[in-house]
Amino acid sequence: MSDSLSKLEKRTAYTLVLPAVLLVFAIVLFPIFANVWISLKDIELKDIRIPEPRAKKIVKSISENQSELKIIYKLRNSSLIQEIRNVQFQDKFPTNVSPINLDPRCNFQSKKIVCNFGNWQAKYRENFEITVVNNKGEIIDKKIIKSQKPILSGKADNPLLTTNFTLENFKKVFYENNFVELLLTTFYFTFFGTVGAIIFGILAAQLVNQNIQGRTYMRGILLFPYVGPVVALAYTWTLLLDPNSGTLNALLVNFNIIEQPINLLGQKYITMSILGFEFKLRLALTTVIFFEIWRYFPLAFLFILARLQAIPQSLYEAAEVDGASPIQKFIHITLPQITAIISILFMIRFIWNFNKFEDIFLLTGGASGTRTLPINVYQQGFAVSDIGMGSAVSIVIVMLLLSFMIIYFRLIGKRANEV
Amino acid sequence: MKFKSLAIFLIISSFFLTCILSIWKIMATLQGLSFTNLNISPIFLIGILLSLAFVLIGNKINHLIKIFSLSFIFSFLYFYLNEASPYWYIFGVFLITLFFTNKLKKYTTQSLKEDFISEKIIFDFITLFGIIFFAFVILFPFYIMLVTSFKTQIALLVNPLDFSLDFTKSLTDLFKSYFVIFKTYNFGRYILISSAVSIGTVIVTLLFAIPAAYAVARLNFFGKNFLSTSILIIYMFPAIVLVIPLYTVFSQLGLRNSIFGLLIVYTATTLPVAIYMLQGYFKSIPKEIEDAGIMDGQNWFGIILKIIIPLSLPAIASVALYVFMIAWNEFLFSLMFLDSPKSFTLSRAIQYLSGDAETPRQYLMAGSVIVTLPVLFIFIYFEKYLVSGLTAGSVKE
Repeated sequence: MSDSLSKLEKRTAYTLVLPAVLLVFAIVLFPIFANVWISLKDIELKDIRIPEPRAKKIVKSISENQSELKIIYKLRNSSLIQEIRNVQFQDKFPTNVSPINLDPRCNFQSKKIVCNFGNWQAKYRENFEITVVNNKGEIIDKKIIKSQKPILSGKADNPLLTTNFTLENFKKVFYENNFVELLLTTFYFTFFGTVGAIIFGILAAQLVNQNIQGRTYMRGILLFPYVGPVVALAYTWTLLLDPNSGTLNALLVNFNIIEQPINLLGQKYITMSILGFEFKLRLALTTVIFFEIWRYFPLAFLFILARLQAIPQSLYEAAEVDGASPIQKFIHITLPQITAIISILFMIRFIWNFNKFEDIFLLTGGASGTRTLPINVYQQGFAVSDIGMGSAVSIVIVMLLLSFMIIYFRLIGKRANEV
Repeated sequence: MKFKSLAIFLIISSFFLTCILSIWKIMATLQGLSFTNLNISPIFLIGILLSLAFVLIGNKINHLIKIFSLSFIFSFLYFYLNEASPYWYIFGVFLITLFFTNKLKKYTTQSLKEDFISEKIIFDFITLFGIIFFAFVILFPFYIMLVTSFKTQIALLVNPLDFSLDFTKSLTDLFKSYFVIFKTYNFGRYILISSAVSIGTVIVTLLFAIPAAYAVARLNFFGKNFLSTSILIIYMFPAIVLVIPLYTVFSQLGLRNSIFGLLIVYTATTLPVAIYMLQGYFKSIPKEIEDAGIMDGQNWFGIILKIIIPLSLPAIASVALYVFMIAWNEFLFSLMFLDSPKSFTLSRAIQYLSGDAETPRQYLMAGSVIVTLPVLFIFIYFEKYLVSGLTAGSVKE
């Protein structure tokens, strides 16, 4: 290939790739780095609006004389904490209408009032009044005056762009809010959710891979929880598990399996005794994990099934001739064939469960011991309105994810390419 | 005949029968029948008798006559042992037994002597049981979702187990929740917004992804390897870590509560996987076809439009469906970016409805049915494309 052609090729490639890359950079990569910036600031949700000058216009008749009107502008600084500098004000009036006794801060020129209000402190408020008359003594149409909106402008600092940094947020993340429990809950949820989904995935794939009628239908049905919208499914489960009138509790009580309804999503611990040993189970967390397994085992199932169907039938036939039992066939033929895909699935599901937000949020809102790291981002950022803290938790998540990925590529990255 | 394999056969098969009959009983209870006892042990015992009789009779009489008469006797016994129950319920028991005895066909006194027969019996019945178990566990919540939307809150509080539908009521009464959510809660608007955002996301994603995927698959340029690995790594980062910075920036730019803002975010988050899926397919198209295009004097644009796209329509369809599904089901960003009911998507609207504790559950479930049905229909209809999309995408929810 000649030089000019390869140059053309390069240029074309960049033109084709650039729009997508820029978009992903702006929406995905930029926020990840912006988190670092925000997490180093003491900033709350209410601080993120840039302060702006505002005016509400009220038009009043003064007397019987309808050629004269009083206009009140309720002026204010939208911010409670920041000042606005050099506020400019401008409003237009119809022909022949002009103000009398105009405020010294203002000028009237070619049907416009222009004012320079100077600096406004935080919480600044003022009722600014003007009286206008029609020069020819005609009636002024109130509606026309009212429909004209004043224009205001001013300079204010963007609180996000100031350069005062603090490590306070990270201190709070690690030393307050029970960080260890938060981490343990997250890993408990992630690990058992992942393992459960894979085990059920293997079982389901093994079942569907048998020669049964309606195999394709079965595959379709098994994927339902995975393709359904999380909102609908989570609320259905909430109804199903409701302690007061939920179907599951009602059924169990009806058939005398339990005596009292159990609040599966609202109770942190349940004491169980097995063989005389009493232990506490994280009830709400376990329920959420079951939902998670229910929703995501289909993905594991799909991959494992695809792998199972690729195993040459001759292997099983040979085993049959050698007199292998079904269990031996499973252990010696099936399992070795699916270990690679299982390890990949484990990593992918592990990372995705670690990131899971919606499912827990919709089922419990993070209450009853189901607060995981992603839930904590939301709670800090939006429930407590401390977005600096929220960002700091996000950074913790990103760091943990990066370390998972490094482990992943070290351990099984090479094998992933073989599959 | 080995005694051990016979015993295993009897226990496992009867256990299986007991399980299906229990599921049948639970479903019947949900139709308002007042059963209070699962009667597991007597059913298990007569199940053992049934299997034993089946094996002992063997081939002495015609299979059909055998299963019909055995099922009939079993249902009769069941009727006596069970609490008072209507005839349709016993007829269901009869059909289940018929299905069960038909499955027993391959077990005879002869076959019970084969090698590894106990393991095979266990495997066979676990398979059957597993399929019924999985189907039940998967479909049950969907069933509850659907029938709740036809009931009323008061009826369900009085008897949470009665999901029977009264078909003597007029259709407007039966579908009342659906009328209410469309009239009072404005769901027609939310359907439009959700469709607009999802379809818009599909179109914009494809517009960005097809050229980029082509470049990654075919052209040589500096940073190509870096790009294709970073596509996957970017994909592992969750929406939740993007939310705070995007929220602040969108607030300052006035992009919150706008469909446009949502569309940009959805496009950017689905782009990596769309590129990844498409470039894999583009690589599989023989390069000679393109060379012919270059000979004809086509530029890159012409090649993509006239050669690549027509040849990879199935892959593009699966990417499109997949992206549509992600955008339609998406919840986190719509929760964060939309506060005004004017710009809600369906998912956000349902979450908003549930925030009010006064909202009767049938409305919530009617909304859930409305948001679920389109995805399920698309999924069932295009299953082949979607499954290949899911497996090719391999990384993303």
